[in-house]
Amino acid sequence: MIRYIFRRLAAGVVLLLVVTMVVFAIFFLVPRLAGIDSDGLAARYIGKSPSPEAIAAVKERLNLDEPITVQYWEFVSGLVMGQEYDSGTDIIHCDAPCFGYSFKTNTEVWPQLLERLPVTGSLAIGAAVIWLVAGVSIGVLSALRRGSLLDRAAMMTALAGVSLPIFFTGLVSLALLSYYWPIFPPGGSYTDFTENPLAWAHGLVLPWVTLAFLYAAMYARLTRAGMLDTMGEDFIRTARAKGLPERTVVTKHGLRAALTPIITIFGLDFGLMLGGAVLTESTFSLPGLGKFAVDAIRGSDLPVVLGVTMFTAVFVVIANLVVDVLYAWVDPRVRVGA
Amino acid sequence: MRKKWLGLAAAGTSVAMLLSACGGGGGNGEGGGDYSVDNSAISSIVDQSKEQGGTLKLAHSDQFDSLDPGNTYYAANWDFTRLYARTLVTYPQKPGDKGQEPIPDLATDLGEVSDDGLTWTYTLKKGLKFQDGSKITSEDVKYAIARSNFAPEVLNKGPNYFFQLLDAGDYKGPYKDDNLDNFTGVTTPDDRTIKFHLKKPFAEFDYLAAMPQTSPVPADADTGTQYQTNVVSTGPYKFESEWTPGQTLTLVRNEHYDPSTDPLTRNRPDKIQVQWKQEENDRDKRLINGDLHVDVAGLGVEASARQDILRNEDLRANADNPQTGFLLYFAINPNVEPFDKKACREAVLYGADKTAMQGAWGGTIAGDIATNMLPPSIKGYKPIDPYGTKGQKGSKKKVEAALKECGMPDGFSTNISYRSDRDKEKKTAEALQQALQQYGIKTDLKGYPAGTYTSEQAGSPEFVHREELGIIAYGWGADWPSGYGFLSQIMHGDSIKPAGNSNLSELDDPEVNKLLDESVQTEDPAARAEIYAEVNQLAMESATFLPYLNQKALLYRPEELSNVYFSEAYKMYDYSALGLEQ
Repeated sequence: MIRYIFRRLAAGVVLLLVVTMVVFAIFFLVPRLAGIDSDGLAARYIGKSPSPEAIAAVKERLNLDEPITVQYWEFVSGLVMGQEYDSGTDIIHCDAPCFGYSFKTNTEVWPQLLERLPVTGSLAIGAAVIWLVAGVSIGVLSALRRGSLLDRAAMMTALAGVSLPIFFTGLVSLALLSYYWPIFPPGGSYTDFTENPLAWAHGLVLPWVTLAFLYAAMYARLTRAGMLDTMGEDFIRTARAKGLPERTVVTKHGLRAALTPIITIFGLDFGLMLGGAVLTESTFSLPGLGKFAVDAIRGSDLPVVLGVTMFTAVFVVIANLVVDVLYAWVDPRVRVGA
Repeated sequence: MRKKWLGLAAAGTSVAMLLSACGGGGGNGEGGGDYSVDNSAISSIVDQSKEQGGTLKLAHSDQFDSLDPGNTYYAANWDFTRLYARTLVTYPQKPGDKGQEPIPDLATDLGEVSDDGLTWTYTLKKGLKFQDGSKITSEDVKYAIARSNFAPEVLNKGPNYFFQLLDAGDYKGPYKDDNLDNFTGVTTPDDRTIKFHLKKPFAEFDYLAAMPQTSPVPADADTGTQYQTNVVSTGPYKFESEWTPGQTLTLVRNEHYDPSTDPLTRNRPDKIQVQWKQEENDRDKRLINGDLHVDVAGLGVEASARQDILRNEDLRANADNPQTGFLLYFAINPNVEPFDKKACREAVLYGADKTAMQGAWGGTIAGDIATNMLPPSIKGYKPIDPYGTKGQKGSKKKVEAALKECGMPDGFSTNISYRSDRDKEKKTAEALQQALQQYGIKTDLKGYPAGTYTSEQAGSPEFVHREELGIIAYGWGADWPSGYGFLSQIMHGDSIKPAGNSNLSELDDPEVNKLLDESVQTEDPAARAEIYAEVNQLAMESATFLPYLNQKALLYRPEELSNVYFSEAYKMYDYSALGLEQ
């Protein structure tokens, strides 16, 4: 098991390296291939009206006249060993892991990622709890009462949840539950958990529910389909024939088997979400990683885009690893290392 | 209760907008209706009050380039920094034209120019203090100019007019040369006198002295790129604590600010808060709802809120629709064939349907059709229209004549570039494409990201020539409210740069260059205005500019705000004047 985990971690590191290469290439190699010279690339990091002096200074600072491989090496070595930046009056030490330095905002990327993680984490964890509990429960009930009014109503709601985009449900919920009936605070109202847990939860109810509505709908449909399949399996019939109570048959045998694909998808969804729930964060103006990434892409702020991408990739790798380990626990049919 | 219903109406309309995915229509107003808004704050100060107190809440859909007054280049920020960074010169708190005439702020008077026009002298008022109570001296102003203009390796976001104009030899800036005496472009004979030594006369120097770069910076508090996190205040407010970019900025009263030294009243609220990166539609709703007081970017509300405001009489009563001073145009590049021939350029000018382009932006509420390259608010503006057509819809007869003269009677092919993430600009390019198509002028649309448009594509002459971008969508606003401030960067030959170029027409007309150079050596403002009129005429005659819209913004002022007026200097509400009704 330990060896398996190490193998997966090593693969994860290789994956992260590939991610850096791809993102770096998008920002530095692709423009060059499209004929953009180093002056043009340098001008990205300067204000509205870049002077030749400023362009020359940025080129020197970012090694833009060096071969792309040298530039990439500088970036990766900075990531691992840290880097130093001149603020004019001081040297800023960007300790490893140095995810770079945003020349747009003149700030280090890593502290900003850490600063935004609690926002995205709060959003993702809260929403995940809601969508897992709601989605799986509704899915199981629908499967057990197939064709009933409850099943139809639940699946209709699920269809709505899957079909309606987050920015729509988000804006409507804000309009109704924040502006018309001021039950919840307006967008941009994030309070840190450590500051005031109640205000934290109060401010996140709408984003949680909005995000969970979409995912719960998907999970309800998935769970329903999985349960319908599983409940028709031979081992369920055997369990019933052995005289096990229906509750045990459903939860211990049926649900456990049906949960396997749910866990796989949940791992990916949750990992990705920790990298930023872009639409929800943007709709509710939550200062999380997703909004951070979107703003960075808009502003061509490479170090930030790279930072968020790497961060997201780390979460996806870890989430996948956890999922693989959970498999064995949830479904005895799966054998690790097989 | 009324607000509740307004909120519901706003919400309902927004939902309807989303459902119908309805963009700006043509006609007289957004959505086709003929609406007019109150517009009181354009010509008067709305809700004048002497009341102090409260927290002024501002929000930005993005964030400023920097809060460092020496490292910023956006009008909204220049307007906003006046709350904590006073400058040698500023603009009066008056609506209309009077609001764009410079007045002394930290200085006792406007600049005194020497007979040869090469030295501008300012004297600091007595009793000026930084937020820690220490005295502001002329050396602090000199240091501010040195760091903001002569250290592009550290601070490169702001303009560098002082670098271009000051006779400073090969001074390397304060971060490479810590002896400020070596900076000979500015001298300080005593604690209160500042002399700017110019390479050539520049009659509009007072406008430069109104830029935030002249706000004093104590050398020992300067932290280079990090100074924006803790700017040492010279104004009525100071940073509550060290600011982290992206986090809410809170300004509190600066106890060492002496209002008796200030020509403006800019200390009404007790506290000022700015939230960054706020979703635009949500920001607008909060504005209408009263949860926010100002959209600090000052660009106006988005399409959804526009509908809400225009269709609701109560909301219209709190809205203004001023011209932003921003001119939207297409540059026609004479270095891309067949536009090396003037008649081919003229064919495009005569073929354009400006009403369709106006419609693409949202109708008359989004702007007035422009017929030349000077915005009406700038002195020297004349309503000339050298390529006017009936109803501004294009003229078949004139296009055909131009095409014939151009030697391509059946038309030609070219490319139109635009910023792909700016939907209205794309629609405008499509409108031009459709208009030209009927005359046989075939165009391919080429979209590029706004983030790199000026640095790498449209702003790179080499890229423009190689990709044959004959027609380039662009927009421009003045760095200061004068003809030179508006025209020099987009039509002086010296402003053509290999990257980050704004002179997209690559106009390098000796006569235009000469006139622009002459203008800033001419002391009489009326004579300067005449020169700008002449430059404008020549630029239009060059047929390298297709101006189509003097942009307008729909601004909303919540009822809680007092002392609201539209500043012609910054082209948005004057943030320094705002107060709150208690």
